Amino acid sequence: MVAIGVDIGSLTTKVAIVRDSKVMAHEVVLTGESSHEAATRAVQGAMSLAGVDIKDVAKFVSTGVGKSELPYDGEQATEVLCAVKGALFYYPSARTVIDMGAESVRVSRCGANGRVLNFGTNDKCASGTGTFLDTISKALEIKVEDLGPLSLQAKEEIIITATCAVFAESEVVGLIARGKDKASILGGIIKSIASRVYGLTNRVGINKDVIFIGGGAKNIGISKSLGDLIKQELLIPPDPQIVGAVGAALIAQERSQAS
Amino acid sequence: MKTAGIDIGSLTGKALILEDNNIISWSLIPTNPDSNVTVKKAIDIALEKANLSLDDMDYVVSTGYGRLVVPFAQRNITEISCHAKGAHWFFPEVRTILDMGGQDCKAIRCDDTGKVANFAMNDKCAAGAGRSMEVMADILQLPLDDLGKLSLEIVEAEVSISNTCVVFAKSEALSFLRRGKHRSDILAGVCEALATRVYSLMQRVGIEQEFVISGGIAKNIGIVKRLADKTGLNPRIAFEPQIVGALGAALFAQEIMQREQQT
Amino acid sequence: MIAHYGYADGSGEYYIIIDTDRCDGCGECVKVCPQGVLEVALDDYDKAVARVKEDVLKSIHYICLGYHLRCANEESNCHTVCPQDAISHTW
Repeated sequence: MVAIGVDIGSLTTKVAIVRDSKVMAHEVVLTGESSHEAATRAVQGAMSLAGVDIKDVAKFVSTGVGKSELPYDGEQATEVLCAVKGALFYYPSARTVIDMGAESVRVSRCGANGRVLNFGTNDKCASGTGTFLDTISKALEIKVEDLGPLSLQAKEEIIITATCAVFAESEVVGLIARGKDKASILGGIIKSIASRVYGLTNRVGINKDVIFIGGGAKNIGISKSLGDLIKQELLIPPDPQIVGAVGAALIAQERSQAS
Repeated sequence: MKTAGIDIGSLTGKALILEDNNIISWSLIPTNPDSNVTVKKAIDIALEKANLSLDDMDYVVSTGYGRLVVPFAQRNITEISCHAKGAHWFFPEVRTILDMGGQDCKAIRCDDTGKVANFAMNDKCAAGAGRSMEVMADILQLPLDDLGKLSLEIVEAEVSISNTCVVFAKSEALSFLRRGKHRSDILAGVCEALATRVYSLMQRVGIEQEFVISGGIAKNIGIVKRLADKTGLNPRIAFEPQIVGALGAALFAQEIMQREQQT
Repeated sequence: MIAHYGYADGSGEYYIIIDTDRCDGCGECVKVCPQGVLEVALDDYDKAVARVKEDVLKSIHYICLGYHLRCANEESNCHTVCPQDAISHTW
């Protein structure tokens, strides 16, 4: 029997399938207009990769902003709990988890047993979230996955004064008009995003080891900038985007064994 | 005595020439990426309209975002104080001022001399500034100038926008559009949300009549009407609401000159 | 003049409120702030008073940790050291 975790985010839906505490398969799809439909596609894709069927599933647990849209019988768990469970799975020494998604940022502190001690969220303001990066990627006409590596080639320090994603976009357009190079502009934007996340970590507090997960952790510019700001090494799982789904799957496994 | 006020904002640059407490001329231009170009163009147009030169100015005060880049200004004064002073010249009974431009929003309480008693400004978040209107105009594919009027022509019912953040509200509005909601109904929701945020800023400083609205937002009938409803007051609007700051700067210049002449 | 320095964005309202009529420009608040958010400068009416530094204004929620959340627990903070009780916070 397997347990399935479904993380329905605002931009992407992630599924992880777990058996005996091992990740068998995972799938990521764009959420698009219908969370329901995206979740179905993602679960079916993951099941196919794992070679399992719906009758093999002991339990579903959903999380993420669209957790109530799960098209299967299952339970729900908070994003914070899933992030912590998932982080501890990859790093048993995890005590602080920074989760940067498309439309939200979350920082949580936990104990060794996975108990959540403290957490802070921002899901109301786009600055400090992946959407900010997305906006800039469109303004600079550079693919999102290239933003991080390019930002490391900044030639000069550019300080972005806007702390709003909308105003920052205009500021970027202005900087391009003034002939500034894209790498340096990106360096400034990435620092700006990192300092928003840093502000949140300041409020929640930091205990070693610090794990960085979510789509934002795939950006090497952000992880470097954030690591410099909090003066800690950031541990990043091999596929940071699915960690929430893995955590949800582990919770599903726990709950199915308990019953 | 002739004085000049320069108000450089994020989207527009304004210059105004005052002679013995009368407005002689003014200019209102879109900003150039180079602030120096904006400053020069704004003052040149105003001077030309008045048939005067910069040397004719007894004193120049600058304000707004660009207040640090006007080389010929003798003094810089904050936009808060300049807007209060300018509004007071137009409407001496003013006690509450709301100014909103493309990138900021200010709520000001002033006394009977136009001196600031209380203020709160918001220039960090696009949701509380004119930019939110521009973004909506863009995604709904409507001219910015029509938004206000359209927001009052509700077809079915006002569509409630739950997200404050413009980035998220944009997607929300688009998804309503795709689901067949009328543009005017979506706009009604957008304007209602903005008016509520603005009203909340005004409540922070306290609201007392007369109530003056200045800046580009004064030209948005949808917001003006909603603020009138929320405050229960009749908003007073100058013949050109966007020059209130530059006027205030020129008035401060006049005051400073008068003080210097007396000593 | 009651000056509200800060902003409201999608996540909340963050203002540091300084009563410049009460403020005598003593600068104790400037010294005690752990984040260096404050300074004393001349206002438009030529009075030396405390204010939030301009380059910090738009990040106030990220830089000032919040009186009620953090500094209230400290022995001395910008509220306690002010002899005129001129400073307050919304968060």
